[in-house]
Order: sequence, then structure tokens, then C-alpha cells
Amino acid sequence: MSCWITIQDYALRSIGIGERLLPREDYTLCQQFTLIGSGMIWNIYFGALALIAGFFFATALAVGKNSQSRWLRKPAEWFIFVFRGSPLFIQFFFAYFLFLSLKQAVPFFSPFTSAWLGALVVLFFNTAAYSGEIFYGALLSIPKGDTEAADAYGMSGWSRFKRVVFPTMMRLAWPAYTNEAIFLFHATTLVFFSGFPVLRQRGDALYYASYFADKTFNPFVPYPILAMYFIILTLIIVGLFGLINKRLNRHLPQEARAKMRFRPNIIR
Amino acid sequence: MFSYCTDPDTLEGLTWLSCYLTTGKHMGMYVSVVVVLVLLAITAPVALMFGFAGATAARSRIAPLRWLGKGYTAIVRGVPDIAFFLFFVIALDQAFEWLRHQVKCPDWDQPVRQGNDFVVCAEAKLPLSTSAQWVHETYGFFLAVLTFAIVFGAFASNVLFGAMRAVPRAQLETAEAYGMTRRQTFWRVLVPQMWVYALPGLSNLWMVLIKATPLLFLLGVEDIVYWARELGGTKNARFTEYPHGDWRMYYFGALLVFYLAFTKVSEVVLDKVMKRLTHGQATAGGEAQRRANA
Repeated sequence: MSCWITIQDYALRSIGIGERLLPREDYTLCQQFTLIGSGMIWNIYFGALALIAGFFFATALAVGKNSQSRWLRKPAEWFIFVFRGSPLFIQFFFAYFLFLSLKQAVPFFSPFTSAWLGALVVLFFNTAAYSGEIFYGALLSIPKGDTEAADAYGMSGWSRFKRVVFPTMMRLAWPAYTNEAIFLFHATTLVFFSGFPVLRQRGDALYYASYFADKTFNPFVPYPILAMYFIILTLIIVGLFGLINKRLNRHLPQEARAKMRFRPNIIR
Repeated sequence: MFSYCTDPDTLEGLTWLSCYLTTGKHMGMYVSVVVVLVLLAITAPVALMFGFAGATAARSRIAPLRWLGKGYTAIVRGVPDIAFFLFFVIALDQAFEWLRHQVKCPDWDQPVRQGNDFVVCAEAKLPLSTSAQWVHETYGFFLAVLTFAIVFGAFASNVLFGAMRAVPRAQLETAEAYGMTRRQTFWRVLVPQMWVYALPGLSNLWMVLIKATPLLFLLGVEDIVYWARELGGTKNARFTEYPHGDWRMYYFGALLVFYLAFTKVSEVVLDKVMKRLTHGQATAGGEAQRRANA
């Protein structure tokens, strides 16, 4: 069987299109590349959706944590503390069993017990909490002069937030937020190892990599393939976020622009 | 455990719960909490050693050693950590067995990899198939510790490398002016001064390490996640004297609270340590402390 046929059979296997059975013996390199790459669809799906939705929630959390009112500040502080203080792995397990119990009482929750929605909700809350803390830190370090200038122009409320506070917050938070995005994508590999069931062997990249490692008893092929895919994904994220960073700092002179530093040293 | 626990059917409310939470299986769960703490206690210093070696190698004047140090930190950072956990457990096991195989059975003529099997001679098996159950468990735990140390060593190496660069250049130049050799400068000037710069990164790493301990479950160690699934589920509970429904949600809720408390306590302690270390240092933090007291 040529490699092209394998790609046709398995490239979309992780979302249920193509060959139903996974290869059982004589695993070729081509099969491993195709199936692990096919699993990346899930990683990108979870990461991208959680990141986009989490961005807005994180902004709200940061503003809430900075609020004068106790009724806004305390919930935001607790939310961030709970999701940053506990392991994501345990959060997945807890959420899965919580949704299982809720499903019995309210049928509305039954889609939440499958990974595509349930795990996405957990990742969404988790990334919102981590990015919320980053944004809050940036909010605190907005130069006093900026807000004073906004006051002097008679801006207040929404226009002050939209024109001064939010853009500066983004500029300051962006390098750290890039790291958060990278680690969110790495964290998506936990989903199928944490309670959420894999339906008909439609798993993510790590699921297929460990499948091959288990079957061939040779970790030296599938895991480096997985690593390659993730390094490519990381480079793409760094590139995209670098473009946005350029756009955010476009008013600054070339020299003064904050250099993007690729320093991901936080995992959960 | 308690004397009134002999007939669980007659118990109710809190007394039932106190008996339920002290069954033999639950004791196993409490032991696994200790296992997690032991893992942390062993991994943290070992990872720090790996990190120190990595950072030192990355600063080396010998190019291959420098590449090794830099490569070690770079690779682990670009790839999901669980992938490394899953990889190293098998890879290390096979590496040890292969090495023993080379030493113990030199006249073995078949290839080690036969199709989908990894075959070494019986004397090279780790642990030996004749050894007791606890040896197997200890060996699994040992592999887990080593895996954690390798992955977290890379993160620590990254932090320490940054801290070594943060030590003011003038300090090293002064040491050179006194005629110290490179080795003396390193051990007497650079290493003692770098810790205050490394502490924020290392305390962050400690938090991350705490939050990575549930991944032990993936390495095949019977840890708290394993027990929470076992004890909370209905499957086993049905055959004991304490039947109950699906309580896995509550068990994982308890684990969540346990980890929250653990990270909170660590945060408070590390803040105290940081305050002590910055006292009298020529950094922004030290200066702020001085001004607050003045």
C-alpha cells in the first residue's frame, strides 16, 4: 500500500472520516506520520477555540480583579485562584465526573460528558484564569502618565478603557500571553488521558503516539514524530503572535519596540 | 479501625463515614499521598542538580558540551511535557535493560528488536521476573522519579542559566582582577550570588512541580488519582461492606481542595523565603525593603 493511499485513509481518521479500523500490524512510518498528524486536528481544535473564547473572559476577569467593588473583585480572585492553584489534570477528572452526575439530573448536560464540549469548557476556564492573571499584572503596570493623559482629555468609562487602558494592557501582556498560548496547546494533549472517553479511537496526537508506542514497544519513532508536529505548531503560534505584537507596537520607534522573547518556562 | 466498626450495616451518619474513611483501601489512598510527597522531596533536589549541570554545561567553553546543555533545555521546552513523561518511562526502561543485556549476555546472537518486540535475555530483565512485588513497584517509582527529574531538570536549567547571566558583570570582573581562575570565579563568586536571581523562577517551578504530580498516574504508579478512581467508582464499592453510588466527583473534588491548599501553603512559605533572601541585596526588591523600614 503506497503512502498516498494511507494518507487518504487516515488523514481525517481522528474526526471519523476514512478507514474505520486502525492499522494492526506492520506499522509503517507513513501510517505513524499520518495518524499522529490526524490527531493534531483535535489539539488545534481545543487550543484555538479555548484561546479565542478565553481571551474575552480573561479580559473580563482582569478588569474584575482590578475593580473597586468587592462583589466583582472577590469572585474574579477566587476563580483565578482555583484554576491556577490546582492541576489541570485533576480539573479534567473532576469536571468529567461532575458532568456525569449532572447528566443524570438534567439531560441538557449529556453532550458535556464527551470530550469535544466538556474538555473544551475546562480548557476555556483554565486558560481564562491563567491569561486573566497575566492581563491583571499588565493592568497594574500601565504607566500612570497614560491614564492621567486620558483623564486630562476628559475620557472616562468605556472610551478610556477602549482607547487607553486596553491597548496598553495588551502591549504589556503580549509576550507572556504568547507563552500562555503555547502552553495551552501543549495542555490539550492531556484531554484524552483524563477520564474523557475516546469515542471509536478518535483521539488526539498523543493518543495515537502512545497507541503506536504501546503496539510496537518502540517509543523512539512515534514520540519524535509527535515532537516534530508540536515544534512546528509552536513555531506557527510564535509567528502569528509576533505579527500581532508588531501591529500592537506599530506606533513606537523601531528601536524601542519590545522584542518578543520566546521563553516558555511555565507549564501546569 | 474503630471498635464500633464491626457491623457497618447498623451505622449511620458521621460514625458510618468515620468507619468508611478508615478502611484498608482508604489507608492505601493515604499512603499514596505520602508517595506524592516523597516524590516531591526526591525530585526537587535531583532536578535542581540536573538543572545545575545543564546550566553549567550551557556556559561551557567546550563547544560540544555547550551544545548538549543548550539542546537539553531547548528540546524539553518545545514539546508537551506529558509526551516526555510517556516517552522517558519506556525509553529509560529499555535503555537500562539493553545496557544490562550487553554486560550480562555477551554471547546473545539475536537482535534486541524483533518486529514489535523488545527482547533481552532473562538475566537482564529489570526487575528480574523472580523478584518480589515491592521490587517491581519500587522500580516503577524509581523510573517515575528519574523521568520527573529529567523533565524538570531542563526547566530548572533554563532558570539557573538565566540567573547566572543576571549576576552583575562587575562582580565577575572584580574576581578576575583579583587573579582568580575561571573555576574559582564560578564557585566563589557566581554560584553564591545567583540564588537570589534564581528564586522567583525556582519557586514558580516548584508550583508547577506540585501541579505535575498527578501525572504519576500516567506513569503507572498507584497514586492518588488511581485511588480516587478506584474508591469513588461503584464497581468495587458494591462488594465491600460500605456500598455507595458514584462518588468519583467528590473524591476528585477532595483532591482539588488538597492541591489548592498545598499550593497556597507553598506560596506563603516561598514569599517568606524571598523576603529573607532579598534582605540587604542590591536589587530593586532589597531597596524597596530598605525604604519601607527607613
